[in-house]
Amino acid sequence: MIPAAFDYEVAESVDHAISLLGEHGDDAKLLAGGHSLIPMMRYRLATPSVLVDVGRLDDLRYIRTGNGTVSIGALTRHSELEHSAALAEACPMLASVAALVGDPAVRHRGTLGGTIAHADPASDLPAAVLALGGTIVAQGPGGSREIAATDFFTGYFESVLADDEMITEVRVPAGSGGWNYQKFNRRAQDWAIVGVAVAGGGAGVSLVNMGSTPVRASGVEAAVAGGASAAEAAAVAADGLDPPDDLNADAEYRSHLARVLTERALNAAGVA
Amino acid sequence: MTAVTLTVNGTERSLEVEPRTLLVHALRDDLGLTGTNVGCDSSSCGACTVLVDGQSAKSCTMFAVQADGADITTIEGVADADGTLHPMQQAFHEHHALQCGYCTPGMVMAAISLVDEYPGLDEGGVRHGLEGNLCRCTGYQNIVDAVLAAAGSGGD
Ligand SMILES: Cc1cc2nc3c(=O)[nH]c(=O)nc-3n(C[C@H](O)[C@H](O)[C@H](O)COP(=O)(O)OP(=O)(O)OC[C@H]3O[C@@H](n4cnc5c(N)ncnc54)[C@H](O)[C@@H]3O)c2cc1C
Ligand code: FES
Ligand code: FES
Repeated sequence: MIPAAFDYEVAESVDHAISLLGEHGDDAKLLAGGHSLIPMMRYRLATPSVLVDVGRLDDLRYIRTGNGTVSIGALTRHSELEHSAALAEACPMLASVAALVGDPAVRHRGTLGGTIAHADPASDLPAAVLALGGTIVAQGPGGSREIAATDFFTGYFESVLADDEMITEVRVPAGSGGWNYQKFNRRAQDWAIVGVAVAGGGAGVSLVNMGSTPVRASGVEAAVAGGASAAEAAAVAADGLDPPDDLNADAEYRSHLARVLTERALNAAGVA
Repeated sequence: MTAVTLTVNGTERSLEVEPRTLLVHALRDDLGLTGTNVGCDSSSCGACTVLVDGQSAKSCTMFAVQADGADITTIEGVADADGTLHPMQQAFHEHHALQCGYCTPGMVMAAISLVDEYPGLDEGGVRHGLEGNLCRCTGYQNIVDAVLAAAGSGGD
C-alpha cells in the first residue's frame, strides 16, 4: 500500500532533529533506515504526520574503541557493523549478530539506533546489546542521558525514550567473552521465532521473542555463576516468562526452543 | 511536493514528488523506468532491488526523498550502451536463470551487489546472500549457478 501523506523534514544535526520533534509534537517520528517504519507505514499501522529524516547525519555513523568500551553511532548501518574489522576484534558478537539481520539489502539501510528504538522483542541486535550489558545514550531537549539496556525496553515496541528524545550512541563493553548467538527461524531472511544471545561465558544471557521485550534470562545467568552445567542452567531458561503464541509457534513450543537453544548457546560459549 | 535530484544510471534527473512517494514508484511512474518491479507489500520479495550508491536496496522500502542526491542504478543501467550485457546478465542468460522473468531485474541487481560485497562467494554464500529475493519459477538452482559463474569471472 501507499503510506498516508506526511510532511518531510531533513534534520541537519541532532539538536535540529530534537527541536523538530519538539515543534511537531507526538505526531512526528524520526526516520533512520526506514526498514521498520516504512513497512509499518505501508500497512498504515503507523501514520505519522511528520517524518524527521536523521538518515543523513553521517557524523553518527562510527565505531570507536578505547578504554574497554566500544561506542557505536546510532546511524551506523547493520552492514557496517557486519564488515567492521575494528568491531570484529573488539566485540565479535555484535558484528556477527548484525550479519544475521534480514538480508543484505536490509542491512545496507537499517541502523543500530533504529532497531534499538523500534524495540521489537523479535529483533536480533537489541537482545545482543542486552546480553552484552550495553548502554544506550539518548539526547533530548534537556541534554544527554545514559540508559542501561536492562532498563531501556518496557513493552512491545515500547521503551523509556521520550517522544522528543533521540538515540545518539550505543555502547558495549569491549570483548564479548565466550559468546554465541542462536537464531531459530523457518523462513529465509525472517525474524527469529526464538533466539538466544550469550556473552561473557554465560554472565549475560538474553532471549529473543520470548515476551514483550528482549529479556535477560537472569535464572540462567545465576545458575552459570553458581557453577551449574549448561544443561542445568538452560533448564530454567523459560521460567517465569510469558512467550507469545502465533502462527510460527505456541508458547509451550517457544519455551522448549528457549531451553534447547540456550543449552546450545552456552555450550558454544564454553560452558560445559 | 518536494524537489528531488537523483543520478539515475549516470544521468541527473530532477523531479517533484510527494514525500510519501516510494523510490520504486518515482522510478517507474515519474521516470518511466519500468524494469524495476514491485512484487509484494511487505519488503520481502526483492523484485524492486536497485543499487543506491552502489549497494543493493529495496526501492519499495525507501522514500524517493531519502534518495535525494544519491546515485541510483536500475536494471536499465547495467548493460553497455552498445547493448553488451553486464557479466551478471550474461551469466543469467547462459545458465537459463530465469523463466517468467518477474524476479530477474531485482535478482540481477542484488547479485551484482552481493558479488561486490562478499568476495570469494561459495554456493552457501550465494544462497544466503540472495535470501531477500524470491523467485517463484526457477527453484533457484540456475540462479545460484549463474551468480557463481559471474563471481568467478569478476562478474561485478
Ligand atoms: C525484509 C526485512 C527483514 C528484516 N529482518 C530482520 C531480522 O531478521 N532481524 C532483525 O532484528 N530485524 C530485521 N528487520 C528490521 C531491521 O533490522 C530494521 O532496519 C531495524 O529494525 C530498524 O532500523 P531502521 O534504521 O531501519 O529504523 P527506522 O525504520 O527508520 O525506525 C524505526 C523506529 O525507530 C525510531 N528511530 C529510528 N532511529 C532512531 C534514533 N536514533 N533515536 C530514536 N528513535 C529512532 C523511528 O522513529 C521508528 O519509530 C527486517 C526488516 C525488513 C524490512
Ligand atoms: S516489492 Fe520491494 S521487496 Fe517486494
Ligand atoms: S523467473 Fe519467475 S519469479 Fe523468478
